[in-house]
Amino acid sequence: MNFVVPDFYPAAAEIFVAVMALVIMLASTFARSVARNLAYLLTQATLIAAAFITIFTMEGEVVHTFSNLFISDLLGDVLKLMIYFSTAIALLYGRGYLADRKIDKPEYYLLALLMTLGMMVMVTANHMLPMYIGLEMMSLALYTMVAFDRDSARSTEAAMKYFVLGALASGLLLYGMSMVYGATGTLEFSGVAQALYNQTANQTVLMFGVVFLVAGICFKLGVVPFHMWVPDVYQGAPTAVTLVIATAPKLAAFAMAVRLLIWALFDIAEEWQMMLMLVAAASIVLGNLAAIAQQNIKRMLAYSGISHMGFMLLGLLAGVVEGDRHFALNAYSSAMFYAISYVIMSLASFGMLILLSRAGFEAENIDDFKGLNKRSSWYALMMLFVMFSMAGVPFFIGFFAKLSVLQAVVAAGYFWLAVLAVVMSVIGAFYYLRVVKVMYFDEPVDSSPIHAAPEVRVMLSANGLAIAALGLAPQALMSLCAFALLRSL
Amino acid sequence: MLSLSHFLILGAILFAISVVGIFLNRKNLIVLLMAIELMLLSVNMNFVAFSHYLGDIAGQVFVFFILTVAAAESAIGLAILIVMFRNMRTIHVDDLDSLKG
Repeated sequence: MNFVVPDFYPAAAEIFVAVMALVIMLASTFARSVARNLAYLLTQATLIAAAFITIFTMEGEVVHTFSNLFISDLLGDVLKLMIYFSTAIALLYGRGYLADRKIDKPEYYLLALLMTLGMMVMVTANHMLPMYIGLEMMSLALYTMVAFDRDSARSTEAAMKYFVLGALASGLLLYGMSMVYGATGTLEFSGVAQALYNQTANQTVLMFGVVFLVAGICFKLGVVPFHMWVPDVYQGAPTAVTLVIATAPKLAAFAMAVRLLIWALFDIAEEWQMMLMLVAAASIVLGNLAAIAQQNIKRMLAYSGISHMGFMLLGLLAGVVEGDRHFALNAYSSAMFYAISYVIMSLASFGMLILLSRAGFEAENIDDFKGLNKRSSWYALMMLFVMFSMAGVPFFIGFFAKLSVLQAVVAAGYFWLAVLAVVMSVIGAFYYLRVVKVMYFDEPVDSSPIHAAPEVRVMLSANGLAIAALGLAPQALMSLCAFALLRSL
Repeated sequence: MLSLSHFLILGAILFAISVVGIFLNRKNLIVLLMAIELMLLSVNMNFVAFSHYLGDIAGQVFVFFILTVAAAESAIGLAILIVMFRNMRTIHVDDLDSLKG
């Protein structure tokens, strides 16, 4: 019997992160006295080293290994790099916050690293099995991180809600996978695509499965009608964990949508596009309207996140029009650009909340931003950049992200959808600008100076400036997204 | 003779029972965890049925992974449940209402 040794080289980054997770677990057990700092530094070092490994093992062409379970392509590499960076920045911002609340245990960093590994597996999956395993690895780590402040009733309630709805989502996704498996006879994405191309699949069973798959993906993205968990979890989780949930997992969910819908089910694109269209329109409307009523800024950002994910779906649903596929590249790269720019904005917005919090005080209401300009005009300016960018004011990154998905939707001929999205984002501008108004025109409620670690100040400033700088020169990131997709398709 | 559709219908019924169990259950969180387990098992039923019908082993391999993940999932679910009981002294679904708006 022959045993073929698989090619480990394309999976070097995943293997490295997995090994380092074990090393960190052992190191923080044996060096208990310095475990906190050690685990944090090792985690950051692992993320940076993984980024270098990913860059050095980048091949620019599509490579399959582990008997086609694993795919290494430029799309995956770009998304993985974004995942490392956003996780590393989220841990950097969150460290002081966790230390103030005495919950900066070494296990937190270990869980964050395992979550990263889960997302990497999702991004590089070419088969339903690693997709599911990666998803669960990410989700199980996230449930635990939400419950990390274990003496807080709010945080455990949020964790329970997240757990139940997340498990329901995995169940829906798995049921969809089993149906697609039954219809096409294979679990491999390229095999599914081949079966659809040859039209050997049982159409009824397939459609039944696709509905469940789309429902599972929508749950993980947090879009209407599967959005119930988003505001509660964002509000209940410690802000440092909210920051993690609102950033990298969105990229992983985007990767899951791309792999499942575009890599595997591209030949029935018009069917799933119909479903995504309803979902996207409902999320944009509900997200923007519900955010207006919020006084809690974490909840407001959660609803704004729902509408942003709706906008991101606009790019995914505009790929194929009446069998014509030449819009596809443009549309999908605009969705990828949207996902990446949302992650950058989201990092800065929750980073600001962490900056304003201190031991014994949670900045989580819009009123906590009152008079920020008098307390620190520099960070008020950074928050202004973030809010303008999220609202889609011209010449910030959020504007170009919205513009490119709207261009894709108009090119596909869905004018009503574009008009609806523009009207709703004008309505949405209200609640972003309210934060700006409160910062600049109201008197501060507490005028204590802002203190944070120097690295947090530098990173947060760089983050805010990146939003402005990428808005002035969005072309590089846009062409990177288009190039990555082009080389991977 | 049992055909594929018998197994699929059984799987669908079990899946529907578990979804209803998650949404209609207003009392005990333990019942909710049981419903989640039932959901994963109904998917396993589907995979095994399809695997046998297609003569393809991959579906049965998937079932082993689902079983393993389900065990990890219920461990985490019960751990969160215990932490919740320590904080709130209740495991009623209706008492999970401090976060809303």
